[in-house]
Amino acid sequence: MNRSILADMLGEEYEILEAENGVEAVSALQKYRMEIDLVLLDIVMPEMDGFEVLTVMNRNNWIEDIPVIMISAETAPSHIERAYNLGVTDFITRPFNALVVHHRVVNTTLLYAKQKKLVGMVADQIYQKERQNTLMIDILSHIVEFRNGESGQHVLHIRTLTELLLRHLILKTNRYGLTLADISTISIASALHDVGKISIPGEILNKPGRFTDEEFSIMKTHTVIGAEMMEAVPIHSSEPLIKVARDICRWHHERWDGRGYPDGLRGDDIPISAQIVALADVYDALTSARVYKPPFHHDKAVQMIVNGECGAFNPLLMEILQDVAPLLPEQMQDGADYVRTTQLEMRSVAQEMRHYEELSASERTLQLLEHERMKYSFFAAMSQEIQFEYTVNPCLVTLNTWGANRLGLKETVMDPLHNDKVRSILSGGDLEGLVRALRSTTPAQPVVTHECKIFCGDEERWCRIIARATWSADEPPQYAGAIGKAVDIHESQMKLAALERMASHDPLTGLLNHASARKRIIQRMEEQPDGQFAMVIFDLDHFKMANNTYGHIFGDHVLRFLADKLLESIRGADIAARVGGDEFLLFLEYRGELEPIISRIYHAISGCAYEQFPISLSMGIARTDLVGTDYETLFHSADQALYKVKRSGRGWYAFYDESMHDMLSVISPIDGSEGEEETADNVKKGEDNL
Amino acid sequence: MTLQECYAALGGDYAGVSSRLPTERMIQKFVLKFLNDGSYDLLLRSMEAGDYAEAFRAAHTIKGVCQNLDFTVLYQSSSQLSEALRNGFTPEAPALMEQVKTDYRQTVEAIRAYQASAGL
Repeated sequence: MNRSILADMLGEEYEILEAENGVEAVSALQKYRMEIDLVLLDIVMPEMDGFEVLTVMNRNNWIEDIPVIMISAETAPSHIERAYNLGVTDFITRPFNALVVHHRVVNTTLLYAKQKKLVGMVADQIYQKERQNTLMIDILSHIVEFRNGESGQHVLHIRTLTELLLRHLILKTNRYGLTLADISTISIASALHDVGKISIPGEILNKPGRFTDEEFSIMKTHTVIGAEMMEAVPIHSSEPLIKVARDICRWHHERWDGRGYPDGLRGDDIPISAQIVALADVYDALTSARVYKPPFHHDKAVQMIVNGECGAFNPLLMEILQDVAPLLPEQMQDGADYVRTTQLEMRSVAQEMRHYEELSASERTLQLLEHERMKYSFFAAMSQEIQFEYTVNPCLVTLNTWGANRLGLKETVMDPLHNDKVRSILSGGDLEGLVRALRSTTPAQPVVTHECKIFCGDEERWCRIIARATWSADEPPQYAGAIGKAVDIHESQMKLAALERMASHDPLTGLLNHASARKRIIQRMEEQPDGQFAMVIFDLDHFKMANNTYGHIFGDHVLRFLADKLLESIRGADIAARVGGDEFLLFLEYRGELEPIISRIYHAISGCAYEQFPISLSMGIARTDLVGTDYETLFHSADQALYKVKRSGRGWYAFYDESMHDMLSVISPIDGSEGEEETADNVKKGEDNL
Repeated sequence: MTLQECYAALGGDYAGVSSRLPTERMIQKFVLKFLNDGSYDLLLRSMEAGDYAEAFRAAHTIKGVCQNLDFTVLYQSSSQLSEALRNGFTPEAPALMEQVKTDYRQTVEAIRAYQASAGL
């Protein structure tokens, strides 16, 4: 209610986003950061109070761009002081006066808007200044070129080349510790490399033929003279630009092998700035026309340099020259166009700014962003899936509306990994598993898929979570969170489980079928090689008679009754199966005496009756400690024990021993394809067995 | 019944509120809105449940609303109650709670009477 009074006071001039508590406020800030002009913040709020919101804003540096006015009924000076310390711009105490609130909001937003505008203007001014500086240097070096009888393009080419080579150099190595600012300085200073030529007499400078030794030694002095001119610059001698220009002037004729001039420096004793400019100088000399030679094609020029025909260079720079070779013709042309176009552009941009002050580039970006956001939220609402975005800092998860409703969560949840509600939705280590999987992704392979059960509403459903970890652009990249969605795969998962069940169980009795029992028994014995197991095979005496007397439907009921009895009398870990017809199998682990266990099971089943039909069993048992754990042997042995019982009058049980080794068996050869044709099947079997 | 008379009945300061909020319409709107504010129910529930942190926030909200609307009587009792609950339960809280209940009833009755007479 306090919020709506405030909203009414501000009126329709503002677009107002309301947040019910601190968590919502942080989430709104996160979402709309650049578009928020002002925050009106209360102190006492549920979930997260105003000071905590300010702390988050400080941690993320939002407080620097977004002004906050604190509005609260708290008037204690300690509160006000704490708020100011956390960076609020203003503090208004209740009860609020409509006029005061309105004016303070207007003033604060205007102040920030002006500040942003000023920042832009200062940036423009600096840019303008920088451009003029470059222009002055261009003019100066052009004078030198002019006197030299060369075209004014040379300076420009050198600068373009220098910059290009340097940019590729830092991609390859940081051996020289160059920053982007250094590159800019070196590129500008490169224009001054031949400034010393101003003191070389014109007849030597422009002599068409070869120099005499004396002329050449005069010519060489342009390096030292240029460097001295830079050193003598009266006020700015400590400027990086002047220092770099001095190095370039003095050493741009040094050679990697130490055979250059004026100082004969060798290898990396030559500053990298001078090395690069020397290379650029040679390349441009080769590709330009001179009084004594036509221009070489640029491929040819690169080849000549790499072959060492035009001096000795740093091998690393040779690599880089070859890397950038394909770009060179175009870059050099662009460089020539550069001056004209930037001037034109500057003028038209300035005019445009004056006309469309309201619609700046950033505003267009915001419009595009808004469009994208609308698209996204539309599709998110349509898709009927749970979508989420998780950020590590601030630690919160944001859900789409549909997903939040489905899970019964709020759209924004602070600290989700320690939230009880979230932990009950993704329980049993699935949450931790997912987080671990996301953290161990790489920026190149950030996607993980995790299938698990989630609890939503009152039910448990299978879903597939597909998530993409977000990695920051830092070096090394930092794990920043994840985006992802959870797709409900419950129906298909259930269908799969039902099919699996159908394939492994006997449809009549619901017990396992022989094939799947066999698989489980073998697995159990492999898992516990030291376990003591027994295999029990039994069948129903006089079952054929039940079928013949009361019909097959009755026979089916008897089998089902028997299966239920069996399940009642065994333990959960025992494996019970219908082998086929009226034959059943039981596999159990035991400790100590086996006989009492068998006796108990036998008497629990045998002796009772289904309606008018008395249940009587014949049962054969084989122990793994006698016959080993080979499945077929075990089964066969139990079968032989059963055969013995049958031969001696049925209605009892027998344990396999060595004496039965050569006996016939009831069921062998083992039939693995039982269980499918229940009624017809049990009739057939019933007739076969006695 | 006029809005001024309503303020007199609930123990509020009409002159105060009308100096801060620009129009009578706006005052009326929020006075009527007061009836639908859930903070009082929240206060009752959380006091009963012994959730004194929540009760503090609810009392604090009531206090803020009353301050904005110049409901002086209810402002004073809710303000005292919220101070008594600021750091959890204190022995004074139950008696102050009773006072808030009385004042709240008086406030709501006055607003309802105004609402009825204005045919809103």
